[in-house]
Amino acid sequence: MLENEDIQHILLTRTPALTGQYKFLSFRNAMSARVWLSAILETVQSAAEVQASVDQNKRWVTVGFTWNGLRALGVDEASLATFPDEFKQGMAARAEILGDTGENHPDNWVGGLARTDLHAIAILFARDAAERARCQTEHEKLIAQCKGVEVLSTLDLEATPPFDYEHDHFGYRDRLSQPVIEGTGEVPTPGSGLPLKPGEFILGYPDEGGPPANLPQPRILSHNGSYMAYRRLQEHVGRFRDFLRRHGQTPEEQELVAAKLMGRWRSGAPLVLAPDKDDPALGDDLKRNNDFNYKHMDPHGYAVPLGAHIRRMNPRDTAANMNRRRMIRRGATYGPHLPEDAPEDGVERGIAAFVICASLIRQFEFAQNVWVNDRNFHQLGNERDPIIGTQDGTLEYKIPKRPIRKKITGLPAFTTLRGGAYFFLPGIKALGYLAALSDVRQA
Amino acid sequence: MSDTTQQDWIKPVAMAIPKGGFFKDKAEQGRYGMIFPKSPACYGFSIVAKVIPGREQVFYEYAKNIEKAVADQPDCLATLKLHYLRWVLFPIKGETYFMYQGIFDTDFDKYTEDAVTLFTKLGIKTVFENLEGFPTDWQTNAPAFIKFVRDHQCPSFLEYGEYPYVSADEIKKALKLKAAFSDMLDQMQ
Repeated sequence: MLENEDIQHILLTRTPALTGQYKFLSFRNAMSARVWLSAILETVQSAAEVQASVDQNKRWVTVGFTWNGLRALGVDEASLATFPDEFKQGMAARAEILGDTGENHPDNWVGGLARTDLHAIAILFARDAAERARCQTEHEKLIAQCKGVEVLSTLDLEATPPFDYEHDHFGYRDRLSQPVIEGTGEVPTPGSGLPLKPGEFILGYPDEGGPPANLPQPRILSHNGSYMAYRRLQEHVGRFRDFLRRHGQTPEEQELVAAKLMGRWRSGAPLVLAPDKDDPALGDDLKRNNDFNYKHMDPHGYAVPLGAHIRRMNPRDTAANMNRRRMIRRGATYGPHLPEDAPEDGVERGIAAFVICASLIRQFEFAQNVWVNDRNFHQLGNERDPIIGTQDGTLEYKIPKRPIRKKITGLPAFTTLRGGAYFFLPGIKALGYLAALSDVRQA
Repeated sequence: MSDTTQQDWIKPVAMAIPKGGFFKDKAEQGRYGMIFPKSPACYGFSIVAKVIPGREQVFYEYAKNIEKAVADQPDCLATLKLHYLRWVLFPIKGETYFMYQGIFDTDFDKYTEDAVTLFTKLGIKTVFENLEGFPTDWQTNAPAFIKFVRDHQCPSFLEYGEYPYVSADEIKKALKLKAAFSDMLDQMQ
């Protein structure tokens, strides 16, 4: 049984937030950090609480810590040593593995995210702007009382219009393919596969490989916890629209180019099921919009190119051990909407996303290293993910087509990584444990 | 890289590899360590380890198991993107050593967890568990398994390819194309 009352809500629930703010914190002394944690802990809700109260609530708070942050809170060295190496090293140190090179390199990150004294994140989601303002004021008051807690940076989140469905600044519908965890009672949408063992996402439970093993110690710290990879991806909307105009004569052709990069029409309708023409009703229909495979329905990529974003991020029946590679995605968009006819305004906008999984190296890093950035994925030879892969203008993108495929050379970077970090997302009891640590234990 | 845009496969190539197995300025960081370079003979490894004394017979029985597993399910090793595997037993000073040499198309670092899963499924463990120093908890501890492999990897100092850098998939595609062409020509008689 899942202990929903001890699992931070972000792991298991989606909240109807339209706005929010991420706060990136550094702890100058452990005592002050624990005072901050004790106070904010009051507002951090479990999955069970949010499930029971989501309609009445107006704000949802999540907290996570870097490995250095756990040390700064007073976790002892013996315990710190039991965390996996990739988490200890942190995202910036793993840049080469993740493909975070060139423009995406940690040297170019903003908000202090590459700093080793980045210790914590507080994720604040709010139903509306007024509630967000109220919560920000509350948190600022709290920070003012904790002299040893410094705000390194903040990021304001805003949903992008139109607000009736989730989508990014490029206009692609989002949140279409999410894994379902066994024991939650949630039923996967057709085509989304069977529910997965909770240990794939939450520490302390059996995973798809067997019983839990090699968990960080003590148990109270790791149980019901998880890992979270944060990615702040700037979306170059002007550049993206220019690209579509360059490669499509008519609006219909441009839409098809956009769809070929993603593997879905911007409406969400999958190309496997709607290869020639958009079908917004299909895109909107959860019963149908994920119900397809590649091996039998599109083996050569005539519908979804072999290197398309959704084919790389979820190869479905064309990759081994998919059950060990799934991830939970959360997050929001930031920055102002760029109106359809407006030229690029130079303002940063994008998605600030979290990837949640039980093993960063096996799930998130594998996806980045192999699916997103392996130039030879599916024998493609000279490609990376067209939306989030590391692009420097030297790679290509092949669109299979009879009789002869279309090859786009010199694909530009539509996104740039502006920062990222690995956080540990403790369970509710573990947060209490951390808040109650004392300096005496640090021998 | 089987980048078919470059017709590299026409010209045989030999590559001398520095001591230690890496080109210092080009070595790429993988999830579990530095990635051994791709050579004209594709990616590969040569794992050498000492057999626990008295266990040699297990290896011969295991060979039959693998033979049968592949016969029953010919694509059972497909995830490893292999060209060839060679298993060798040899003596040093009266003790038996084991060499597991593979040539494949993707660096081991990338699909390493898939290999561990596959090894469990196919019973390849019966061989590794008879090697000295093999981690007993390897089934739940992929990093320990990978460390064993890396610690026992003996990198080549020279590799050669008659048709360099070509992947097994490309070879199979070419053979399929050849068969299809022959068939087409026959149909046109």
